[in-house]
Amino acid sequence: MLDLLSGFVQELRNAGLPVSLTENLDAMEAVRHIPLEDRDAFKYALGATMVKNSAHWRSFETVFEVYFSMRGPEYKIGEGAEDDLEQMWREMQEQMQQQQGEGKGSSGGMDSLTPEEIAQMLMKALMNGDQALMRALAKQSVQRFAGMEPGRPVGGTYYLYRTLRNLDLDNMLQKLMEASKQEVGGELTALEERLEKDEYESRIDQFKKEIEAEIRRRLVADRGAEAMAKTLRKPLPEDVEFMHASRDEMQALKKSLYPLTRKLAARLARKRRHGRKGPLDFRNTVRHSLSYGGTPAEPKFKQPRPSKPELMVVADISGSVAAFARFTLMLVYAIQGQFSKVRSFVFIDGIDEVTEFFKGTDDISEAIHRVNTEADVVWVDGHSDYGHAFEVFWDKYGKDVGPKTTVLFLGDARNNYHASQAWVIKEIRSKARQVYWLNPEPKSYWNTGDSIVGEYAAHTDGAYECRNLRQLEAFVEKLV
Amino acid sequence: MEHRFSSVQQVRDSLKDVNYLADDGIAGVAFLADRLAKPILVEGPAGTGKTQLAKSVAEMLGARLIRLQCYEGLDESKALYEWNYKKQLLRIQADKNSDSWSEVHDDIFSREFLLTRPLLEAISAPDPVVLLIDEVDRVEVETEALLLEILSEYQVSIPELGTITATQIPMVFLTSNNTRELSEALKRRCLYLHVDYPSMEREKEIVLAKVPDITENLADQVARIVRSIRQLDLKKAPSVSETLDWARTMMLLNIDSIDAQTAKETLHVLLKYQSDIAKAAKELSVDLT
Repeated sequence: MLDLLSGFVQELRNAGLPVSLTENLDAMEAVRHIPLEDRDAFKYALGATMVKNSAHWRSFETVFEVYFSMRGPEYKIGEGAEDDLEQMWREMQEQMQQQQGEGKGSSGGMDSLTPEEIAQMLMKALMNGDQALMRALAKQSVQRFAGMEPGRPVGGTYYLYRTLRNLDLDNMLQKLMEASKQEVGGELTALEERLEKDEYESRIDQFKKEIEAEIRRRLVADRGAEAMAKTLRKPLPEDVEFMHASRDEMQALKKSLYPLTRKLAARLARKRRHGRKGPLDFRNTVRHSLSYGGTPAEPKFKQPRPSKPELMVVADISGSVAAFARFTLMLVYAIQGQFSKVRSFVFIDGIDEVTEFFKGTDDISEAIHRVNTEADVVWVDGHSDYGHAFEVFWDKYGKDVGPKTTVLFLGDARNNYHASQAWVIKEIRSKARQVYWLNPEPKSYWNTGDSIVGEYAAHTDGAYECRNLRQLEAFVEKLV
Repeated sequence: MEHRFSSVQQVRDSLKDVNYLADDGIAGVAFLADRLAKPILVEGPAGTGKTQLAKSVAEMLGARLIRLQCYEGLDESKALYEWNYKKQLLRIQADKNSDSWSEVHDDIFSREFLLTRPLLEAISAPDPVVLLIDEVDRVEVETEALLLEILSEYQVSIPELGTITATQIPMVFLTSNNTRELSEALKRRCLYLHVDYPSMEREKEIVLAKVPDITENLADQVARIVRSIRQLDLKKAPSVSETLDWARTMMLLNIDSIDAQTAKETLHVLLKYQSDIAKAAKELSVDLT
């Protein structure tokens, strides 16, 4: 047990979760009070003692599932558990036969079913929300469709894809909706339809998770927990790279961005207020000395009021770095209270001001959407041309750059071998308070191929690698 | 020390008796907190019953709830203890001539002149208490340090008086709305519980338990609509307390089945931003037609 737990903790740390020694000890203590056969209680005991951040819960869960997948009765792969399932299976089949009057012969056992029959069973299970049957079906479909072979060096996603392709779950939703319409006998109102759809969607989602879990169990059985933990390791949301995030990860990123901006804004506001103390406030000190009989025992100081910077964000929104620009814009606008003025510009080979899109709307993602669809950023061919974009920026908006302005350039500086026009950055720097360059590429890729970030960076106050939320957050905090 | 609970199931059942429907996670952590004698840090979106959990546990144990509401600028004298300055002055002035200096000194720094504040009160209480430190994320990082001693050792050190140790270890709940990251030191001393929006089934049960005379059918509808709304991309998703308000609204309006029209007209109970209301109304009626 001890070995198992310390292995588990090691893996958590590898996944990036900060588990301290005391927390580890707490966990050991906690599991002593928990009946070990209760898997959920065990999981919560470990979670409560070792995971102290809700964003880390997902990573924890993955590691937990891998490490403790072979333990607990309902999770067995072997033949032992198959009996109940088969029993259930037969009952279902009999029911179906009664309903449909098809005497296909009760061949029994899952293995003899045709794919159509499986689809039918699945639909039934989803309609009734029958958990046990869903789990059984997940097992069966993985066994049948995934084509897993021991020792094959393929990731879990490949098997998942194969299984899901065979099950055709998208159509399933359609069919379910039609079936439920028939059941009610007539049209559903829009509201009811919507609710039904959400219900089925959540069930299908659950089913997908069952399949995923089943695949994972089989992989663990095949390769062992340590090896699997390594391949399945999910990065924490703040460590996901902008440029390589999958769609799910993007969603998770978006979700974690909002609380992050709130935290950041609170921290910055506090920093502003509780900064160094200002010069002595003579009037206030004398006023307070009255309560000490005229002795100035309690000196009072003026609150310093540091001026808020003005910010200009110039972002490349061409395909390769669009996600990064989006996140930075979202973050900047979410904390715009910290700046006296924020103006934003986007470019590919042409440049356009998009500040208006963010004005008068509370919904930042809506504004971002408008930026992506409405901004006029294509000049010739829609391939990044930093040089031209910067030239136009200088002509049109250069006069607005003043001594209070901080200018922020976002992009990978992959210029498709156009002229760099780095003099623009130099000119801007001479007028602006500060000029920074943020690059979403790893530093080792800088200045390779058509990347000319070095040419621009020479004229800035700093060029930073900004691959994930953690780095972005650290930078923004520095900025204010 | 004897334990308050015998099993996770028992925690769950007795919480249910006081009308708080806990899921496995909540009951499990409460059970562990008792066994390990550790505080619970409850985090989650606003309005998911974090404060209510502490209240319900207090009610379930028949204990007194001592509450410390945190805010920016909270300090020692409001959270821990304060010397009763005026009374001390009186004491000195009352018999100016008789006492020697050391006597007065010893005298005015005694328990009699100590004003207990929530934290000190919680550990010096002879009767069973539940301590709730509400919205701990509102205090500054430096102030958090005030809590550390009491959370790990259940004691308060007063320089003039010595250390006051708890007569009995109270259940302690800290709640946080996650507006900032709490310090590692604080987190390490606590068990962590994340309370999220409940699943549809649980929410339905909560509605059934909390709103008297509601029909099963209506509760089901309420829960399902709320779940659909939460899936939208909103500024502030409806909380459990808002769900309950909404269910009560339905009861007051004598509605026993919600259609799109009623839902639209009463959305303002559920959502508090105009843009959110507009979005939800659009989604609920136009979608799929």
